[in-house]
Amino acid sequence: MLKEIGVKTVEELFADIPEKIKCRKRLNLPEPKSEYDVKRHIEGLLSKNKACTELISFLGAGCWPHYVPAVCDEINSRSEFLTAYAGDVYTDLGRYQSFFEFQSMIGELVAMDVVSFPWYDWGTVAGDAVRMALMITGRSEVIAPRTISPERLSVLRTYCNGQADIGLVNYDRESGQLDLADLKNKVSSRTAAVYIENPSYLGFIETGVDEISDIAHKQGALFIVGVEPLSLGVLRPPGEYRADIVCGEGQPLGMHMCYGGALLGFLACRDNGRFVSAVPHRLITITKTEREGEWGFVYVLPERTMFAARDRARSFTGTATALWAITAAVYMSLLGPQGMRELAEGIMERSHYAMKRLSEIKALRVPAFNAPHFEEFTVQFNSTTKPVSEINKTLLESRIIGGKDLSQEFPELGKASLFCVTEVHTKSNIDELAAALEEAAL
Amino acid sequence: MTVDETTGFHALAWKEPIIFQLGEKGRRGFRVPSTEEEIKLTVGDVLSRIPEKMQRKVAPKLPELSEPEVVRHYIRLSQQTYGVDSGIHIHGTCTMKYSPKINEALARSPKLADLHPLQNVETVQGVLEIMYQMQRWLCELSGMDEFSLQPRGGAHAVFSNAQILRAYHKVRGELEQRREVITTVLSHPCNGGSPAAAGFKVITLYPNEETGYPDLEALKAAVSKHTAGLMITDPYDTGVFDKNIEEYIKIVHEVGGLVAIDQANANSILARLRIGDVGADLCHFNLHKSFSTPHASTGPGSAAIGAKRELAQFLPVPIVKFDGQKYYLDYDRPRTIGKVGEFYGVIPNILRAYAWIMTMGAEGLQEVSEVAVLNNNYLVKKLLEVKGVSLPWYKAHPIRLQEARFSLQRMKEETGVGIADVNRRIIDYGLQDMETSHEPWIIPEPFTPEPPETTSKEDLDRIAQVMHEISQEAYTNPDIVKTAPHNAAVSRIDSTPSSDPTRWAMTWRAYLKKMKSEKS
Repeated sequence: MLKEIGVKTVEELFADIPEKIKCRKRLNLPEPKSEYDVKRHIEGLLSKNKACTELISFLGAGCWPHYVPAVCDEINSRSEFLTAYAGDVYTDLGRYQSFFEFQSMIGELVAMDVVSFPWYDWGTVAGDAVRMALMITGRSEVIAPRTISPERLSVLRTYCNGQADIGLVNYDRESGQLDLADLKNKVSSRTAAVYIENPSYLGFIETGVDEISDIAHKQGALFIVGVEPLSLGVLRPPGEYRADIVCGEGQPLGMHMCYGGALLGFLACRDNGRFVSAVPHRLITITKTEREGEWGFVYVLPERTMFAARDRARSFTGTATALWAITAAVYMSLLGPQGMRELAEGIMERSHYAMKRLSEIKALRVPAFNAPHFEEFTVQFNSTTKPVSEINKTLLESRIIGGKDLSQEFPELGKASLFCVTEVHTKSNIDELAAALEEAAL
Repeated sequence: MTVDETTGFHALAWKEPIIFQLGEKGRRGFRVPSTEEEIKLTVGDVLSRIPEKMQRKVAPKLPELSEPEVVRHYIRLSQQTYGVDSGIHIHGTCTMKYSPKINEALARSPKLADLHPLQNVETVQGVLEIMYQMQRWLCELSGMDEFSLQPRGGAHAVFSNAQILRAYHKVRGELEQRREVITTVLSHPCNGGSPAAAGFKVITLYPNEETGYPDLEALKAAVSKHTAGLMITDPYDTGVFDKNIEEYIKIVHEVGGLVAIDQANANSILARLRIGDVGADLCHFNLHKSFSTPHASTGPGSAAIGAKRELAQFLPVPIVKFDGQKYYLDYDRPRTIGKVGEFYGVIPNILRAYAWIMTMGAEGLQEVSEVAVLNNNYLVKKLLEVKGVSLPWYKAHPIRLQEARFSLQRMKEETGVGIADVNRRIIDYGLQDMETSHEPWIIPEPFTPEPPETTSKEDLDRIAQVMHEISQEAYTNPDIVKTAPHNAAVSRIDSTPSSDPTRWAMTWRAYLKKMKSEKS
C-alpha cells in the first residue's frame, strides 16, 4: 500500500503535522491486553458494585427502576441498529421507520401531533422547550415551580445561561400544588413560558393544570409540561390540557438505569410552522414513494437545524439517543394501550401500599403532601435527631437503599426523603422497608 | 426483487407496514407484573384517588401486537438498516470503526445496568474507578489537566466549552466585552451552532484557496478585545491538518481569548499529537468516533471535554475524584458551569471506551492512527484514478490524514451526474452511501469517505472498483445513475412533505388527520 501511495514509510503520511508539535513521549497508558484479560479485569471492577437488584432499592428522582422486557434488549442489541449512524433513508429505511414509530407512539401518549427525534434527557429537552418558547414569543423569562427537580433545574440554568431568567413559583405547603396566586403575580408580558412537571419531582400529581394553562395563555406565554411517561397510562395527557410543548424522560420505557447513563429526552409540540421551525432537532415525516405499498421517510425543514444553519440556528443538535428511541418504540408496542394502563395502575397500587405502611410508623409523616401521588412520595422523619444520610446508612446495613435525601434541596420539609415504588417491588420488599425504617428512624 | 446482474446486489425489501397497521384490537405482547392480592385489598381502587379531571379517559392509541409480531417487525426494520457490521461503511467525519463485541457484552453487564445514579458511592466503587481512569487516560492522550465525561455528543461538548468561555470571561469581568467566537467554515457545524446557542456572535473564517486553511492574516484581522475564543475542528474533514494551529493559539491568547479544539477527527492523531501540549486551553474527544463506542443509529454517543489547570475549575459537575481510599463524585467546585445533563454522562459508552483503550494500549492507539491514515491515502490514490473525481487542495496536500473531501464537479459538468445521484447509485452496489459535506458546501459536489483502521485492503479496492463502475455508467448511461436506487429496500421517495405543513406528518395520528382532511 505504501508503494501505491508513493511513500517509503508510514511516518511520511504524517508530514502535515509540524515536527515540533508531535508527541514523542511514551504515554502512560496500560499495556495492550487480550480480550480475556480485559474481560477479567473489567468484571473484577464491576464486581465491586452492588446492583439495585442485589439489594432492595427505593431510589427514583429522575432515573427509575422498572422491569425491562427481554425483547427490548434483544432489539437494541441487533448489530444493524447498534452500528448504524447517519446513512440515508435508502440504506437505513428501517432506522427511519423506527424513529417515525417512536415519534408516533410518544405522540399518542402525550396527545400531541409533532414529536421530534430523541435527545439526551428530560433536563436538556426542558432546556430545548424553553429555548423554543424564547424564540417563538421573543420574550426572555421562564417561570417554573419551586418543586422542580433540582437536577433538572441546574441543567435548565445552563441551557438558559445568558438567554433567559428563570423565576420560581411557590407551592402550597399542605398540598404541594403550585400556588396559583403567586403564579398570577409572576407571569407577565415578559414571560415566554410557564413550565410545570407532572407528576412533580416530589411525586404528587399537579391537578390545577387547566388554571395554570389559562394563566400562562392569558399573558401570551406558552405552557410547557414535563412528564414521566408511564404515568400517562392513567393520567390525562398534557395535549388535553392545552400544553404547547411537552417534554419528558423516556428511560422508564425499556432502558436499564445504567448508573443514570441511559437517559432519553423526548420533545413534542403543536403542529404548526412556528413551533416546528423552532424545534432544534431532526424531525421525520412519513411520505410516499414511487412504488405502491411502500412507506418513505424524510427530514422536515432540514435547513432549520444547526447542521445547515450553523450559528444562524442559535441552537445545537447532533448525535442523540436514537437506540433508546427504538427501544422505547419496542416497549410501547409490547405493552399497548391496555398494558400501559395496567402498568400505571399496578405501580400506583404498590406505591400506595408503601405510603400506607410507612404512614403507620409513628416517627414518620408520609407523604408530606395531601395530594394524589403516582410512584414517588415524600417521607418526613419528624422525631429523630439523626440526619437522613445516617438513616440511609442504617438501612443499607439491612441491604435496603433508602430514598433520595431531600434535606439539602428542600430544607423546608425538614429531614425528608423521596421514595420510589414501582412494579419491581413486592409486598415483602415494602414490608421489609417498613420494618427497617421503624428501627432506623427512632 | 432479483439480484442485479451489473451490481451483484439487491437489498432486502420487506415492504414492512407501519406498526399501527399491524396486529389486532385487544392483542398484547407483554403481561404486566400482577399486583399481589394483599396489596390490592389494602389499597382498594387507587385510580379513584386521581381527581376525575386528571384521569385519562381514552387509552393511548398504541399498537396492539403479540410478542412475536413485535419482534418480527423490528427484526425486519433492523435488517433494513445498514451498520458497520453490515458491510462497507465509510461515512466520513464519523469514524465508522468496528466495535469489538467483548466491549458490548461488558457494557451490558447487570453490574452496570442495574446501578442507580444516586446510590451511596461506597456501593459503586467499580464504576467510579472506570470513570476516574478514563478521565486520567484522556488527560494523558490530550495533554490536558482535567477531564469531564459529562457531555453526550460533540455538539454538547462544544456547547459546554462555550459555557466555560463565558464563565472564564465573566470571572475576569470581561464577558460583556467578549461577545465573539471565531471558527472556520471547515470545522464541524457545532463549532458555529453551539457557541451561538451559548449567546456568542460567531465569526467564520474561510480557507485560503491554495493552502486549505485560513491565513494567519485572516485570523489576526478577526481577533480583537471582543474575542472570547477560537473554536475549531483540527484535523479538518478534508484530512488536512491545520499547520497554523500553534500560531492561531498564540494570536488568540495575545488578545486574551481562549482556544477550544474539537477533536472529532482524532483518529489520525491518537498518541501522536497532544493538543494541550500545543497550547490549547480546552478540547474534546468523541468516544463514539475515535474510541470505538458504536454509533447506535445516532446515539447515545459520548464526548468528553478536557481543560487546562486554570480552566478545570469551570468544568461541569460532578468530576470523579479519588482520595487515596475511595472514589467519589466531586460537586464542590464553586466556579463550575453547573450541570450540562442529568447525572454523570453516558456510562455504558465510557465503559466501552475504557475496554477499548485497555485492549489497545499506547502502541495500539498509535497503530490505529497509522492504519487509518494508510488506508485513507491508499483510497485517495485509487479514487483519483476515477474519471470525474478530483481532490481540492491536492497540490498543497497530496497526502491526507484520516479522510479526504473529494469533488465530483467535473463529472457533474461532463455528464449531469452529481454526488446525490452517485450516492443513490452506490447503494445499488451494496455499499453504505458516503458523507457529502457539512454545510455550506464550499467544495462543489463533495464526498468524504473515511476508511478507519478496521477497513481491509479488499474493502478499499472494492470501493474504488464501484466508483469506477459508477463513473463509467455516468459517462455512458447517465440515466441509470440519475434514476437510482434500483436495488434498495425502497423506491424513490417523495420529499415534498418536508416543507409542506399541510402534508408533513411526524406522527401517525397527524398523518391520519391530514389524510382525512385531504379526502374531504
